[in-house]
Amino acid sequence: MTVAALSAEAPAKQGFLSRLRQKMPVLIWLCALWLLAMVLVAIFADQLRPYPITKMDLGARMAEPGTPGHWLGTDDLGRDVLSRLMQSIRVSLVIAFGATILSAVVGTGLGFLAAQFRGWVENAVMALADFQAALPFLIMSLAVLAFFGTSMVLLVCLMGFYGWERYARIARGLAISASAQGYAGAVVQLGAKPSRVYLRHILPNVASTLIVSMTLTFPEIILMESGLSFLGLGVQPPQTSLGNMVGFGREYLTRAPWIMLAPSVVIVLTTLSISLLGDWLRDRLDPTIR
Amino acid sequence: MLNHILIRLVRAFLTLMLVMTFAFLVLRLSGDPAIILLGPDAPQDAINAFRERWGLNDPLWKQYLAYIAQVLTLDFGVSMRDQVPALELVMSRIPATLAITVPALILKVAIGIPAGVYAALHRQSIADRGVITLSIFGFTVPSFVLGLILVLIFAVTLGWLPSGGQDSWRHAILPIATLSVGGIGIMARFSRSAMIEVLGQPYIRTAMAKGLSWRDVVWKHALPNAAVPIVTLLGFMVGSLIAGAAVVESIFSWPGVGRLIVTSVANRDLAVVQSLLLVIACSMIVANFLVDLAYGLLDPRLRSKRAAH
Repeated sequence: MTVAALSAEAPAKQGFLSRLRQKMPVLIWLCALWLLAMVLVAIFADQLRPYPITKMDLGARMAEPGTPGHWLGTDDLGRDVLSRLMQSIRVSLVIAFGATILSAVVGTGLGFLAAQFRGWVENAVMALADFQAALPFLIMSLAVLAFFGTSMVLLVCLMGFYGWERYARIARGLAISASAQGYAGAVVQLGAKPSRVYLRHILPNVASTLIVSMTLTFPEIILMESGLSFLGLGVQPPQTSLGNMVGFGREYLTRAPWIMLAPSVVIVLTTLSISLLGDWLRDRLDPTIR
Repeated sequence: MLNHILIRLVRAFLTLMLVMTFAFLVLRLSGDPAIILLGPDAPQDAINAFRERWGLNDPLWKQYLAYIAQVLTLDFGVSMRDQVPALELVMSRIPATLAITVPALILKVAIGIPAGVYAALHRQSIADRGVITLSIFGFTVPSFVLGLILVLIFAVTLGWLPSGGQDSWRHAILPIATLSVGGIGIMARFSRSAMIEVLGQPYIRTAMAKGLSWRDVVWKHALPNAAVPIVTLLGFMVGSLIAGAAVVESIFSWPGVGRLIVTSVANRDLAVVQSLLLVIACSMIVANFLVDLAYGLLDPRLRSKRAAH
């Protein structure tokens, strides 16, 4: 709690805040509901989708949305857009989840290492972070993917590098300032091993900041994966992802815009929901930012 | 301060070396460029001659040293495909890219920062909510979706603007709009939260308590302090002026650096990809360096803190 939160203006704004609290949940509820739906679709995609994603219905090519049997229409090969959309949601969410967790673990780990050992370890981590920051991620991924070919595992690993340097910087900074605060020093004095100090004492204290960073990275990873797939270098056919659908739908923009619009709407609503939810979480978890 | 600059310079150089090594390793380890470029059916003689010509038969470390030596003399090699110096090829594409990214950056700054600051000063007003909503939309809509929707509306349905190409200034409107919308959103949101954080600080209360007018408090105390985080973001945006438009250039068939990246990666044109990576990394590093210098100018506290490091 900062002085600011207790400042003289606080009571005047309290009215707004409590109103905001009452108002926000509706929107937040909707976001959570949408995300829940997406997660359920991702888990039960096999059971939910009406057709296999590669099943072609050449008699019903580019059927408009609303056609019985193909509620979101069909694409240029007569494949059901709804079925493909469900599979895409699964693929994109799996990549984004995997990558977010990977980058949070790697980044936080390296940040803690830098804070613990200082010296050359810290310099090496920071040099790597500089390197990551100096090379736009999309460019780096383009180079790696185009040259090593695309596989799901490589894609998740690559995406798992997205934003690690942010976690590393945050974790290092927070860990260093935590060591300066009494509690970390106290457990060290009591004879705790570094691993215990970091995992049991410092991590819980910095977790809220890291979780907020995760809610920021998650939509960015979805956007990055869709961007790569859109350029034709991410998820490869016959497999499909949200960006990949937009990329292929682009060629039928004039004749069959729904092929591209359906996945676009899902991307926008999903990233929007996570961002709003993340903001709300930050307000809840971080008392210093109102 | 001088010490600080020196340390930053050394780090910038190290970063550049890392980028160079990365580019070299990724590109050389991933396959045989001779076969990729000449095709799998090329006669063995041609492949041998090609490998000889580009030094691909030497051990990797030798290729690497030769490469470093080459780069240090600003010789980035020759595009294997077009037979023109790679650096020249890259440089020739930069103006086209800057022609859309610079106007987009100006829009981001000219609209984003004032909108964010205004929203912060009028919290909970309708304008504030509007800015928040628009900015959230601005950066959750991916550029390729936005670009295609703009094409759908303005090129396909209304027929007002061309959907791709680079023949007149009208061709630049949609790419610039696509590039700037997201950035305006990010800028507005960032400036807003930076400003709100500063306004909650004790020194603002002190400034108000000593009887300064609200205008003076905002202009002399709040804005200079909020400028520090905003400059960070600005530096990032300046750094991505050259490389930040790959997707947008692909959508609008804009013949800039981004398209060159995509095509040369697809063709495995090693020299071009390497010089692209270096040019892009250089632009990012220079921008970061400038941001660091700007910090020192904007915030004397950081200057002394960093010097003590």
